[in-house]
Amino acid sequence: MPSDYVYHSNFWLEEPEDANPFAAKACYCHGYDVYGQIISRAGWFEYLLLMFKGERPQPAEAALLEKLAMVLANQGPKEASIRAAMNGGVAGTNHSSALMSSLAVGSGLYGGSQELEVCMRLWGECGQNIEHWKTRLQDPQEDERADIWPNLEHAPGFDPNGDDIPTTLRQSLDLLVQYAPTEGALHWLQAHREALEASVGYPISISAVAAAAFFDLGLDRDQGSMLYLILRLPGAAVHALEQKKMGWKKFPFYSSAIELEDDPGPYKPPVSEGKP
Amino acid sequence: MNHERLFKTESHWLTRIGKAYLTERVVMHGKDLHHELDHFEWLHLYLYSILERDPGVNVAKMLNSYWVGTSYPDPSIWPNHVAALAGSVRTTPSLGLMAGLSISEASIYGRRPEVRALDFFYRAGRWCDEGNPLEEFVDNEKSLGRILYGYGRPLANTDERIAFTLEKAREYGFAEGRYLKMAFDVYEHLNSKYGYSMNVAAVHAALAADMGFSCEEYQLILTPCFVTGMAPCFRDTKRRPEGSFFPIRCESIVYHGVGKRDWENSPT
Repeated sequence: MPSDYVYHSNFWLEEPEDANPFAAKACYCHGYDVYGQIISRAGWFEYLLLMFKGERPQPAEAALLEKLAMVLANQGPKEASIRAAMNGGVAGTNHSSALMSSLAVGSGLYGGSQELEVCMRLWGECGQNIEHWKTRLQDPQEDERADIWPNLEHAPGFDPNGDDIPTTLRQSLDLLVQYAPTEGALHWLQAHREALEASVGYPISISAVAAAAFFDLGLDRDQGSMLYLILRLPGAAVHALEQKKMGWKKFPFYSSAIELEDDPGPYKPPVSEGKP
Repeated sequence: MNHERLFKTESHWLTRIGKAYLTERVVMHGKDLHHELDHFEWLHLYLYSILERDPGVNVAKMLNSYWVGTSYPDPSIWPNHVAALAGSVRTTPSLGLMAGLSISEASIYGRRPEVRALDFFYRAGRWCDEGNPLEEFVDNEKSLGRILYGYGRPLANTDERIAFTLEKAREYGFAEGRYLKMAFDVYEHLNSKYGYSMNVAAVHAALAADMGFSCEEYQLILTPCFVTGMAPCFRDTKRRPEGSFFPIRCESIVYHGVGKRDWENSPT
């Protein structure tokens, strides 16, 4: 007797074992036999793109995603999401807690997946019209209403704390365009980067590069955001594990750096009237 | 050079929120935690920590009714379901409850409707302050295709939390506020024109507006509010056999996609 409660899927089919309806004999992803064919014949990035987009990707698309994944794999301890995971790791927290902290801190409007989503929305709005980009980068909000996400405080895809594009990011952009469609977003970004940076007043960030790559891969903003979060986790994991082994005595504890502007000093109980 | 601003806070953070002078004392917004704030109920202290001031007992009690009134120990509610699954697979309370809380920041319930509803009342208030009719503001929002959070076609005819909340509003002195009245005026208009009902998000947000919270303050205040319903969901499944919480059989995943195809014969 099947359950009254069912889940619907447009891409995932499971066939049960004859003797156990809860165990799968075969799973199909967008029609392809996962354990019979995909795992043995496809690459990891082909499978990822198949899952997200529904079709077997071109080899060039899988190659672009793989190179982007390598660019994103470890942004190092300076990056806030990795630093968050390190704070978990150093204290010997659960591994999942460290990664949850990385996902949460890596979701923001400054360098996180929410900024990437805005960039991808702007790709949809502005395309390859540089004047449109210049206008929207100054005013990227969707509308005037308040939301659970705060307003952007900088041009999305750009780093207000940067001076020039960092060498590592320029290397990444130069590499990724070699795997990208010639008329696509990455090429356009590379060609117009300096003009956009001059307009904004500060350099592009990794969010802009990743957004352009996802746009070239035909992914929408939700898909791009999910992949951005996923693909940055390896570095978070390894840095968290390293700090766990390194130990808390070597990890910064900022207490002495925090200065209370209006410290009332040690508590003094009020003196009762009539007492000396 | 833009980066030079970072030097200032690289090894120094000047603040007014407070500080833990470990082994000595703790200051929160200018008060000693263990001597001057120790009389607060925990939720009242939470409000103080967000608002940077003591909002008073009646505000704390009013908001306490939000938390109490949404503490549903029922794992059919999606954030609670996550906590229940966490118990069923034997993960930890922090992971289960925090995961449940994080999905409480949703679009069809929880934080986004609450924030949007509060923002709606503030914008409506400004519109009315300029001498315009409230109904026109509501119709304008509707014509822009915007969801009017707190109102809609009813899934159920009544929201059991509304009467409860209004009773508490009367008890704590918030029943006569401008925005609460506005919430009902909006309801009357939407009900007569579109047949919409009102749910507690509108009442909560209107009362929040009458209490004067910003959207960010309101979002922070309500962030932990479903957690009390989650803890029993976690414990209930934790006590049962592993993996026994509403298991899914293969056939309960109803497939609507393309037919089976061969990897090698597919074009790339």
